Amino acid sequence: MPRIKVEVDGVTYEDDVEPRLLLVHYLRDRLGKVGTPIGCDTTNCGACTVLMDGLSVKSCSVLAVQADGRAITTIEGLGIDGQLHPMQQAFHEEHALQCGYCTPGMIMASLDLLRENADPSEDEIREGLEGNLCRCTGYQNIVRAVRRAADDMRGAAKEVTS
Amino acid sequence: MTTAPEIGSSRKRSEDARLITGKTQWTDNIQLPGMCYVAFLRSPHAHARITNIDVSPAKGRTGVIAAFAGQDFADEQGALPCAWPVTEDMVHPDYLPLAINEVRFVGEPVAIVVARDRYAAADALEAIEVDYEPLPPVLDMEEALKEGADLVHGDKGTNKTYTWVFEQGDNEAAWRDAPVVIERRYIQQRLIPSAMEPRAVVVAPVGDEYTMWSATQVPHILRTVLSVITAIPEQKIRVIAPDVGGGFGSKIGVTAEEVVLMLAARRLGRPLKWTESRSEGNLTVHHGRDQIQDIAIAADRDGKLRGLRVKLLADMGAYLRLVGPGVPLLGAFMYNAIYKMDALSFTCSGVFTNKTPTDAYRGAGRPEATYAIERLMDELAVELNLDPIEVRRRNWIKHEEFPYTTIAGLTYDSGNYEAATEKALQAFEYDKLRAEQADRRERGDPVQLGIGISTYTEMCGIAPSRVLGQLNFGGGGWEHASVRMLATGKVEAVIGTSPHGQGHDTTMAQIIADKLGVPWEDVKVLHGDTATSHKGLDTYGSRSLAIGGVAVVNACDKVLEKAKRAAAHLMEASEQDIEFANGAFSVRGVAESSLPIQDVAFAVNLAHNLPDGMEPSLDSDATFDPENFSYPHGTHLCAVDVDTETGFVKIRKYVAVDDVGKVINPLIVDGQVHGGLAQGIAQALYEEGVYDADGNLTTTTLADYLVPSAPDLPTFHTDRTETPATTNPLGVKGVGEAGTIASTPAVVGAVVDALRPLGINDVRMPCTPERVWQAIKDARGGAS
Repeated sequence: MPRIKVEVDGVTYEDDVEPRLLLVHYLRDRLGKVGTPIGCDTTNCGACTVLMDGLSVKSCSVLAVQADGRAITTIEGLGIDGQLHPMQQAFHEEHALQCGYCTPGMIMASLDLLRENADPSEDEIREGLEGNLCRCTGYQNIVRAVRRAADDMRGAAKEVTS
Repeated sequence: MTTAPEIGSSRKRSEDARLITGKTQWTDNIQLPGMCYVAFLRSPHAHARITNIDVSPAKGRTGVIAAFAGQDFADEQGALPCAWPVTEDMVHPDYLPLAINEVRFVGEPVAIVVARDRYAAADALEAIEVDYEPLPPVLDMEEALKEGADLVHGDKGTNKTYTWVFEQGDNEAAWRDAPVVIERRYIQQRLIPSAMEPRAVVVAPVGDEYTMWSATQVPHILRTVLSVITAIPEQKIRVIAPDVGGGFGSKIGVTAEEVVLMLAARRLGRPLKWTESRSEGNLTVHHGRDQIQDIAIAADRDGKLRGLRVKLLADMGAYLRLVGPGVPLLGAFMYNAIYKMDALSFTCSGVFTNKTPTDAYRGAGRPEATYAIERLMDELAVELNLDPIEVRRRNWIKHEEFPYTTIAGLTYDSGNYEAATEKALQAFEYDKLRAEQADRRERGDPVQLGIGISTYTEMCGIAPSRVLGQLNFGGGGWEHASVRMLATGKVEAVIGTSPHGQGHDTTMAQIIADKLGVPWEDVKVLHGDTATSHKGLDTYGSRSLAIGGVAVVNACDKVLEKAKRAAAHLMEASEQDIEFANGAFSVRGVAESSLPIQDVAFAVNLAHNLPDGMEPSLDSDATFDPENFSYPHGTHLCAVDVDTETGFVKIRKYVAVDDVGKVINPLIVDGQVHGGLAQGIAQALYEEGVYDADGNLTTTTLADYLVPSAPDLPTFHTDRTETPATTNPLGVKGVGEAGTIASTPAVVGAVVDALRPLGINDVRMPCTPERVWQAIKDARGGAS
């Protein structure tokens, strides 16, 4: 069984894993990091989105062995300093979630979206989140939340640099 | 101190804290010591006889604890319930949790493997040997009803489960010499609810007691029915609906998987978990809609409706689910919608096919009815060369006519269709868009503009128990709440409804905060666990606020009644002189007297100085059983651009003005409307559960079943009118289903309106580019 070394939310783990083990099952069943849910089995819904070395991936379509030597950030790795991440805060403020099942993936995908485009238009946000499905919100407040987070995060970046 | 009222304020949800940080307790997150995983082997055939099944080869696989076929539970698995025998002679075949002799839809479970992890369980399924003798599948409702048709249930002699007839008014007179008669057939395609959280079940046996966690909307109903099926006494079953990731009706059943896990856990004495995959879920979570609607109206030349005739075929799938047969009946009372007419004739036949069973999906019966009548009102407008708004206006109930008893026999307590429509027309800029439409038609623009209208109402707040009894439903419609004052003056409330995204924690706390005059932050709302919420009828039919919220009000009133008595005693005044405002009791006419309810709670808890005979508790239980349904309404307007060269439809503008009565939390209400619109639009444009000629579902994944993503939907313009319900003290009506009910006809109506100059009067849902393009091609006589 291959041995992998992977950093997840700032903690380094070393484990023997079956080659076929999905990253999302490794996170959930082996590490107990159940903040990342599973919504489908065909990579369509995006509920399981995490960041791998800062880029969003759907953790149901990544094998645990592919994460060897990488750094994974899940929803549980945000706001660990006791303060909500601006993206989490924006989702709360704008009522961008109802049942919340898509939310971890939606937040992680939105972070990657803003990494690529710090000031997206509404259409760009909609296109950017095409791989993440939500059944509750009709996306309207998610779009607003990402817009709000973009403003907040750019504002914060300006404060740091000025 | 006077505080701003909580009711009406856009409180940010208290639920969010765990949901945005990944601290949520989904059923699949639950890990118990010694827990094993269950995998289900499912029928690959739409219809087949099981001639042999052998699970023993699976038992030898690594990590496998046990394997069972249906026969192993033959004496204890009973049958899955249908609580709604809509007619006395309804054909009601047994629906076994694990099939034994025959399978009747692809995905029906036949065996299980229990193993130490989910991979081992899934692997071992392939070792189970099953011999099937295929039987001819029944896939078309009309064919199924023909003489000599193949049968889904051979021993029943028919594929028809029931015919339910509802006649109101003088139908003969209404249709005799009617100057205008319009008949149409509409197809309500099969939908797959697609809650984002797949179903999951965990069962933990301890001695002869059982705890079940399930991704369910109905923990109380589930507990009762599990007890009936398994003969485990109800008090020994605890059902917990932890965080539940959406339902939309799909989690109101009592499912094969829940029953089988219970039985296997009892047999093995171990905790078990099962979590479905999406493709497994698409096959086995109940489906929605799937009706053929033949609908006709009779009208006068001035557009006044005389009569309405509806003949429905409703696909039940292979078996009857919990409330499946009753879903079309919920629509029966809604075909007349907001319109006055003299007669209504409704006939519905439920039909078995070799497909996944159907049951309630967001709106349940009412979207189908609303779709058909709103589409037909458009046809009437075309026939009479009237504006479609005008033809509606000539028929709707005027605001001064409420309360109004409709031809279906329901009494609509309140409404103002004129106000909602006026507001919507203005926001939409209706006249301007009509002018643009005329111009683009004139110019022969290849992209045509269409305008769709839905002036809907619905009945929700399910339901007065008395009415459910008249409809032969096997349950009540009341709701329950408990409110407890803790020693420190904080409040715990227990509600009987079980949320899965609706924000009950936040909303109910707002109601309690206002009623008891306590800070919103001081209220904790508990639900979804039969050990803490001992009584309730759960969440569906937009009932949680309109019924459950009123139970909360009633419980608060009882708390106040007790607190007032204690306060009078503590303040040494007569109870008649005690007043309550802003969370404090005072003695009338004594300016400085003020005793906060928290102090009363503390004193009652101490019990050192109570009125004679008063028990040391302010806690209360209350129920509410409504006298009537509630009737949200509104006007939705949709503008679409239809590319006549590609068939592509783009929603350009969507205006929804809804009247859901008094609004507790505008933020949450808007969210419910947005999500409802998305699902109604999805039916209009994107989603369809499709079977091939052999009865295989071909839309088993989210790649094939097109749940819309963000770029597929527009930004909605939502607004409200507020006409309070008069049938409950909160004045609320319910909002969970309104958006879904209203939006489908607005969108399809817009598509058809765009294509009307080509002579097109229908496009079958979903209006995919291919279907629109084909309709245009056919209309142009095949010359594309």
